[in-house]
Amino acid sequence: MQRIGVFVCHCGTNIAATVDVKKVVELVRFEPGVVHAEDYPYMCSEVGQQKIAEAIKEKQLTGVVVCSCSPRMHEATFRNCAEKAGLNPYMVEVANIREHCSWIHKDMEEATKKAVILARAAIAKVNLNTPLQAGESPVVKRALVIGGGIAGIQTAIDIAEAGYKVDIVEKTPSIGGRMSQLDKTFPTLDCSSCILTPKMVEVSTHPNITIHTYSEVDKVSGFVGNFTVDIKKKARSVDLDKCTGCGVCQQKCPMKKVPNEFNRELNTRSAIYTPFAQAVPNVPVIDREHCLMFKTGKCGVCSKVCQAGAVDYEQQDEIITEKYGAIVVATGFDIIKLDKYDEYAYSQSPDVITSLELERIMNAAGPTNGHLERMSDHKPPKNMVFIQCVGSRCADHRGKSYCSKICCMYTAKHAMLIRDKYPDVNVTVFYIDVRTPGKNFDEFYRRAVEQYHVNYIKGQVGKVAPQPDGSLLVQGVDLIDNKQIVMNADMVVLAAAIEPNPDIRKIATMLTASIDTNNFLTEAHAKLRPVESPTAGIFLSGVTQGPKDIPETVSQAGAAAVKVIGLLAKDKLKTNPCTAKCDVMMCNGCSTCANVCPYGAITYEDQEVRGPGVREVRRVAQVNVALCQGCGACTGACPSGAMDLQGFSNRQLISEVDAICR
Amino acid sequence: MPMTENGEFRPLIVAFCCNWCSYAGADLAGSSRLSYPADVKIIRVPCSGRVNPMFILRAFERGADGVIICGCHPGDCHYTSGNYFARRRMTLLFSMLDYIGVENGRTRVEWVSAAEGAKFSATMNEFVEKIKSLGENVRLGDLRCKD
Ligand SMILES: Cc1cc2nc3c(=O)[nH]c(=O)nc-3n(C[C@H](O)[C@H](O)[C@H](O)COP(=O)(O)OP(=O)(O)OC[C@H]3O[C@@H](n4cnc5c(N)ncnc54)[C@H](O)[C@@H]3O)c2cc1C
Ligand code: SF4
Ligand code: SF4
Ligand code: FES
Repeated sequence: MQRIGVFVCHCGTNIAATVDVKKVVELVRFEPGVVHAEDYPYMCSEVGQQKIAEAIKEKQLTGVVVCSCSPRMHEATFRNCAEKAGLNPYMVEVANIREHCSWIHKDMEEATKKAVILARAAIAKVNLNTPLQAGESPVVKRALVIGGGIAGIQTAIDIAEAGYKVDIVEKTPSIGGRMSQLDKTFPTLDCSSCILTPKMVEVSTHPNITIHTYSEVDKVSGFVGNFTVDIKKKARSVDLDKCTGCGVCQQKCPMKKVPNEFNRELNTRSAIYTPFAQAVPNVPVIDREHCLMFKTGKCGVCSKVCQAGAVDYEQQDEIITEKYGAIVVATGFDIIKLDKYDEYAYSQSPDVITSLELERIMNAAGPTNGHLERMSDHKPPKNMVFIQCVGSRCADHRGKSYCSKICCMYTAKHAMLIRDKYPDVNVTVFYIDVRTPGKNFDEFYRRAVEQYHVNYIKGQVGKVAPQPDGSLLVQGVDLIDNKQIVMNADMVVLAAAIEPNPDIRKIATMLTASIDTNNFLTEAHAKLRPVESPTAGIFLSGVTQGPKDIPETVSQAGAAAVKVIGLLAKDKLKTNPCTAKCDVMMCNGCSTCANVCPYGAITYEDQEVRGPGVREVRRVAQVNVALCQGCGACTGACPSGAMDLQGFSNRQLISEVDAICR
Repeated sequence: MPMTENGEFRPLIVAFCCNWCSYAGADLAGSSRLSYPADVKIIRVPCSGRVNPMFILRAFERGADGVIICGCHPGDCHYTSGNYFARRRMTLLFSMLDYIGVENGRTRVEWVSAAEGAKFSATMNEFVEKIKSLGENVRLGDLRCKD
């Protein structure tokens, strides 16, 4: 028989306001095995933990039940506390009477009743708990960063500076991400590439960093401390080592009609290309979909003009396999497609553009060499209208429910830059709210209004109608003066909502990391563990976790790096001892379990089985505890009831069912 | 029949929630104060694939009026495939249960992610309503357990 202590937490008033904790203590006292029960305002506090430790020692407890917040919050706290007091940590169970009880029920009697039942279930379970010993697994001292935007770059630099090896896997031909497409950056208006390029050079020359561009993660297996990752390196068709980056091939390539993704398809590029001048690595790739050599077999110009002999049409995709202790996801974002927003005429007029397109237009290396002009007739605009929140803070299915967070600031930036360089251009901004919380942000916005006289109108635009004369008729409302507004514009700029890079679904599945309904990666705890995924060993950096600007991205990237460093600094990690176990007496070697095990943890072995009336050599299942992750799939599948899961055994779970249904 | 003072039927509902998604979703429902009836009692399992058909039979045997299994969305299982096994296993079990008189409405598999507190609460509210409309479960009950 166990000697169980039950500890009921008030959690201040979080629990005690709806659950009569004294009554819970009184009622659980008579449960089988319970020899001690008490309550305390904050069980997780030092004093609370001391009470548990003292009771363990004084009453020789063999089991502990804490009735408190979710085990996802404090199970580890209480297990550590028990371990320090000499009790096996796996003899501790938590009854969740806060998230699953006091916070969702109003009626005290009902909530108290439920709390008692939840406590009883936990007590019934602990009665069947057995001490478990955590194993150890080594930590591979190398990290993988998926995505080479500013988030991935910063995380990689910080990890590398602490002395660990880092690999960056970037899908496109160059690292840099969205930031490399920006012209100037708020709130200080530095030129984006002037501050980004040094960082790109730093990662590319750092002895601890390896960059795989034009590459993608293909397969991930393993677990925290020991992931095995297949990286697919797409054939670049240009030898990275031989190429000198002279750029002759790009000039001579006869196929110049390929939409230029980097310039948001506002102009075209050659089939062999580097996305932008400061690309890292400064080695082009051949876009095989458009290359004449690959399409027709006739051309070969780039190979002929390349002095270094770097062009290689025969190059194949390559899969490399590496091991990592930690993986950081930094796959960033894109802006939403605007096909559902036909009223703004984005698909009808080339003079209706997105803010990201405007960044390219204003950039000296962009499609117009930095001249502000209409894409239709290359004339400078006289009147510009900006429309905010296109697809952000949207109540219907067309857009996103969240605020994209960066648009208010970048529109103030665009408006200010335009008014500064072209004082004759009238700039009007239609907005729902202007949101500028951030250091020096509101001051920045006010400068746009007060110093640059940008015309801010609170209200929405209902329609943008292209006119026969090439202008755009903008119809909107002014909510403050409560009137209709109709104005002519030469250019309309849409602040389109941002969304996580669509690849994130595939990546999250590979990593078994969870994503929310908007496809942003979920944090282990929204407040306290914002850069970790609930899946151990997976970390979040940048916009992949939620909308943010560059300063926030960089801070979060550093935070993710610190978490990675903390992990890599350990030589060994404790493994979860809640693994599967086969009762050879019952096992008939049917192979069902091995077929469902996602980790290949089950093998079969001929073994002598001895028991009452049995003594024979039989093929039975064996669990490799180093590989078993404790999912329990095998236990549900086993037709003979031979396979069980320690810590969540059939008997334990049935005893919980019984306690609840009593 | 378990009734409150005003004669309302209060069902007994067991919810098996996987640790990684649905249990966390239930936690989020809690911290967001999205209520659902106290009739629902949650049992934490590592994965929906851990739920053995035996547990469900046992619950009905002991007087449960409804059993719901919640796991990660397809493709999102922390262990990659547990929820697929759960879905297949439960489809079979539920049709068998229906055959012997435990109506399909009393059993359910639902995917709830860690971010779907609202969905967790809505699902439980809905499920409780459904069980209330079906009334007390009399099939499978172990007569020895009744007085
Ligand atoms: C119009 C506009 C103007 C802006 N102006 C400013 C400004 O002035 N100031 C400011 O602070 N912020 C500004 N921002 C915000 C800024 O762009 C972001 O904060 C920043 O780029 C986020 O960096 P990131 O690394 O998280 O994402 P990203 O920059 O999107 O980088 C993600 C990287 O991951 C790669 N990737 C994606 N999928 C995969 C995959 N499957 N495998 C491998 N790699 C992958 C991408 O190719 C990319 O290189 C602006 C944004 C926009 C849209
Ligand atoms: S518990 Fe899961 S990981 Fe462990 S042996 Fe069984 S199926 Fe494999
Ligand atoms: S499924 Fe059960 S009986 Fe079959 S091999 Fe595995 S443990 Fe043995
Ligand atoms: S972990 Fe949630 S269903 Fe497998």
